[in-house]
This record gives sequence, C-alpha cells and structure tokens, in this order.
Amino acid sequence: MTRRRAARAAPPSSRLGAALGLLLAALPAAAHAQTFEARLAACLACHGVDGASSIPGTPSLGGQPAFFLITQLFLFREGRRDNEAMTAAATPLTNDDLRAFADAIAKLPPPSPPATPPDPARFARGRAQAGRRFCGACHGADYSGREQVPRLANQREEYLLAVMRGFRAGTRIGYGPAMSEALVGLADEDLRDIAHYLAHLPRP
Amino acid sequence: MTTASMMRRLLFLVLGLTGLVALPVAAQQQGRAPAAPPKEEVPFWAIGRPSSGPGASMAPVPAFPIPTPADKLPIAKLKLPRGFKAEVFASDVLDARGLREGDKGTVFVSSLFVAGKIYALVDQGGRRQVKTIAEKLMLPNGIEFHKGSLYVATPKQVLRYDNIESTLDNPGPPAVVYESLPGDVPHGWKFIKIGPDGKLYVPVGAPCNICEPSPDTHAHIRRINLDGSGMEIVARGVRNTVGFDFHPRTGELWFTDNQRDWLSEDLPQDELNRVTKIGQHFGFPYCHQGDFADPQFGWGKACEDFVKPAALLGPHAAPLGMRFYTGTMFPSRYHGAIFIARHGPWNKSKKFAADVVVAFLDRAGRVRSVEPFLTGLVENNGYLGRPVDVHVMKDGSLLVSDDHAGAVYRITYSP
Repeated sequence: MTRRRAARAAPPSSRLGAALGLLLAALPAAAHAQTFEARLAACLACHGVDGASSIPGTPSLGGQPAFFLITQLFLFREGRRDNEAMTAAATPLTNDDLRAFADAIAKLPPPSPPATPPDPARFARGRAQAGRRFCGACHGADYSGREQVPRLANQREEYLLAVMRGFRAGTRIGYGPAMSEALVGLADEDLRDIAHYLAHLPRP
Repeated sequence: MTTASMMRRLLFLVLGLTGLVALPVAAQQQGRAPAAPPKEEVPFWAIGRPSSGPGASMAPVPAFPIPTPADKLPIAKLKLPRGFKAEVFASDVLDARGLREGDKGTVFVSSLFVAGKIYALVDQGGRRQVKTIAEKLMLPNGIEFHKGSLYVATPKQVLRYDNIESTLDNPGPPAVVYESLPGDVPHGWKFIKIGPDGKLYVPVGAPCNICEPSPDTHAHIRRINLDGSGMEIVARGVRNTVGFDFHPRTGELWFTDNQRDWLSEDLPQDELNRVTKIGQHFGFPYCHQGDFADPQFGWGKACEDFVKPAALLGPHAAPLGMRFYTGTMFPSRYHGAIFIARHGPWNKSKKFAADVVVAFLDRAGRVRSVEPFLTGLVENNGYLGRPVDVHVMKDGSLLVSDDHAGAVYRITYSP
C-alpha cells in the first residue's frame, strides 16, 4: 500500500521506471527458488495487490477471467505481445505456472471506478459507440468479461485506449480475429470516448 | 509591432507546429461535443445482429493455449463408419491447422492465431516428435509442399523454405515468393495449394463479415507462377475459403467457402463450390448459398447470375480443409470422393458439426450426397475437438488436424 501511494505521487516516467525496475529485479528469482506467493507478489507490485493498477500503461488485473489471463501469459511467454518486460517475466513459466498464475490472479477483486467522475458528454458518446459496436456481446453486458474475453469495466483509461489503437493498427494481433474486425472504421476520438466510458462504468 | 507581441506570435507559431497532432483533435472534440448528431446506424458488418436473446451474447469459441494431453484426447469419443479406426498420430501440436506431407515422410502442420508456428512431425520409432521449424509468424495458416520446398502463406506474403526436410533443425531464412497481398487480419489467413497446372493458388478473403470490397483485391482466389509472377484471378465472389483441392481426373478446382454471420441461426449455409471456368463469380456479397440474396447488398442482383454451390454444408458450419481421396486403403466407394473438415460454428447458439464429412460425386462430377464420416466431438453444446484440415497420406490413411485439442489423428481402414 505504501508503495502504491509513493508511486502515485511520482511523475509517470519515474513511476514506470520504478515499476520496471521492481519487475526486473524480481525476474532471476522468479525462475527458481522463490515461493509461488513471492513470485505472485512480483506481478502485483506493478499490477496492484488489490487488483487495481496505479501505474499508467500497466493494466489492472482484478476480476479478469482465468482463461483470458492464461492466454495473455501464454502470448507474452511466446514473445507475441510487444512488451519486453512482460515477455522476460513470462519466459521461465511452465504450462503449470501459466495455469497457477492465471488462477491466482483471477481471484483478485475487480477494480473500482476512478475517484474523479466522467465527462458526461464523452461518457454518453462512448456508451453509444460501444453499444453500436456490440462490445458487450462478447465482453458481457456489464463488461465483466468471460472465458478468453477480458473484463473492460474500470480498466485504466489510457490502457484501454492503447490496446484499441494497437488492434486497429494491426500492431497487436489478438488471440483470435474478433478485435481486429470489431474496430474497423472507428476514429481515434471514438476510441477515446469508448475508453473513457469503460474506465468510468459505475459499480454495478 | 512590439517585441513582446512578436514573441507571442512566435510562441503561437511554434506551439502550433509542434502541436500539429494534438491541436486538430482538441479542436474537433471541442467543436463537435454539443452539436454532433448521434450516429445510430449499425456498422455494416453487424447487420442482422440481434440486440437481445441468446444471439446477443454469442462469442467466438476459444481454444486453450495448452494442448490436451495425449491421454485426455477424445479419441474414444470419435465415431467412424464400420471398419475405420482412429488413433492419435501426434499430440502436443498446439493450434494444429493445415497438413502437408513431405517426400521423405515429414508431416508439416501450420497454425494460426494461437501458436503462429509451423511444425514438422517426425517419426521416431512409431512416436511422432513435434519440431517447431518456424515461429512468431503472422497467421501462417497456409502451407504447401512442392519439390522439396515448403511454402508458407501469411496474410501478406508467400514464403518458401527450400530443401526443408534436410534442414528441419535450422531451416534458415525463407525466400519471399510473393508479397502483393493486402495483408488484412480479418479473413486474411490463407489456404494454399499448387494445382495440376503447376501454379500456386492463393485466396484473398473479404476483410469483413459482409461488405463489398474491390473484386480485384479481395474476395477471390488467384493463382500465380511459383516465382510470384503472372497473377490471375480464377474465382470471384468468394467470401473466405480455407480449403480447396483439384479433381484428380479433371483438374477442376473445388473449394469450400464460409458464408456470412449473423443473418439467422439457419441461414445462410456454407458452400462447396466447383470452378468449371476461370473467373466465375460465386455470389459474395450479393447472393448466398445460391438462392438467397443478401438483405443489404443483394438488392438489384439475381442469384441466377452467379455460380450455384455444388453442395450446401450447413449453416455457419465452417467447412475448412478438403481433399479428394486419392488413396487405395479405403473402400472403393470413397475413391474420388471429397473429405471435408467442418470446424463447427461459433455463430450458432446450438453447436454442431466439428466433424469430417464426405461428399460423393456421380460420373458427371455432381455431388450425389454428403455423409458424416468422423463425428463425436460435440458434447454439452461445446467442442471436444475441432477438425481443420484433412490429408491423404501416401499409404492411403487420412490425417485430421484438430486446433481445439492441439492434435493430429490418423484414420485407417481394415475390412
């Protein structure tokens, strides 16, 4: 908790640097010797012990389905998501590790809505756009996700935006084709509105 | 002009230049917030999508990123006609998709989203070793073996690994044969095959569920010379074919085609098609299953103007790989028949197919019947496995790939 408060106060670049440092420091030990709890703690140092990340660019993992989590750990391990730190973290993981980490992380509580209220106009536009795009058909009417489909509700806004931009640009290849099809024809401001809406969904 | 005002103007100029990206976006957002009319139209690709009920929450069916262990594979659940037997040919083949056989007996297996790899299955005293010969490829679904070389097709390129069976442990960088492909992710993955004319047949799917792309860039099957030259479109109006083969006697191209999503549980049916003349149009996006005009793009069009399917293969059934049976191990009624792998639907609330069917032809080359061959993989409205490709081995047995369980099965016959 102290660490998270300190991180919140620091400027974004040093926060990210600190997070990467923590992660990398944990790596050699992650491969061997450490208990599962210690290895999991290294994950949550950045992603948030309570399921909510306070680091820009680092997603909250609380409430994510175990199936989705294992697909992403797998893609990182295989070097197929463009993120060196996560690939380094996932490289030593065995198939049993993938299952164990996915199952453990899936038990974290879902993140809460941000303290600051949404911009009503952007929230409304994002809701309308997400409805027209049938986002909730796969991600769930409450955007809590299921199976291989991630939870979107109360994910970090800038992370949601970065992910959607990656899918739209074809720089992120998903675990399946759905997302590259779903975002066809959306402008960047549409993506911003959708990210704003999803990040600020009220607690159900 | 005072120095101060000049400085202000200069500052504005610099800010404006450095802010080229940010400023127009901010201006647009400010400008449209109060006045923007709501865009209520449904995006073109989602036309027909229900807003409530079971259809409103249908999602693609996921495969687990860890293959089913050999002893948990659904081999005992498989049902086949009398005299046929199924065995596990190889396990631990994550995302097993396309199948090809090398001259020296290596079985090559492609994969798609989940693995992004090409594997070689090598016989080691009756057990198959799975070697990864290429990885981190972009959707490398299309493979073909020809004169010692392995061809691999991604949405953007066709690659060639020469002398592959002698270099399985270190194939080296491939030659780029062809790069004039659009490269879209949606329906951009390939099935490829070299025809009796010695040309490489390469499809380009529609980059959407339903849309009207340029017929010269998308929704067709093209053929090229093996050096990438001489591109010619051989079939048009093809939404997304992931399987084709050439009639062993006539050389005609036959292909499966996956039809559009979301119209209905039961419409349209997926197709088996036969190309009798170069350049024929098979209907997409105007006419589906030979007799059903699209509710959006079909107005003013007549299904009679397009080539009708040789057979219908079930709604959303996802027929993928297909092969004419050219072996002799199976009974004579199967000789010249077409084995077709059906992946099984995602866009249907009641799951079915996930099987191999066989299409029997009459003397004139028309489809006489389509019968189930390998079944038993649908349980509790889900899949135990999902066939993707079939391959007739030199000994006449039939391989079936399963990208859901991550395995390859072998079907043999003994009377």
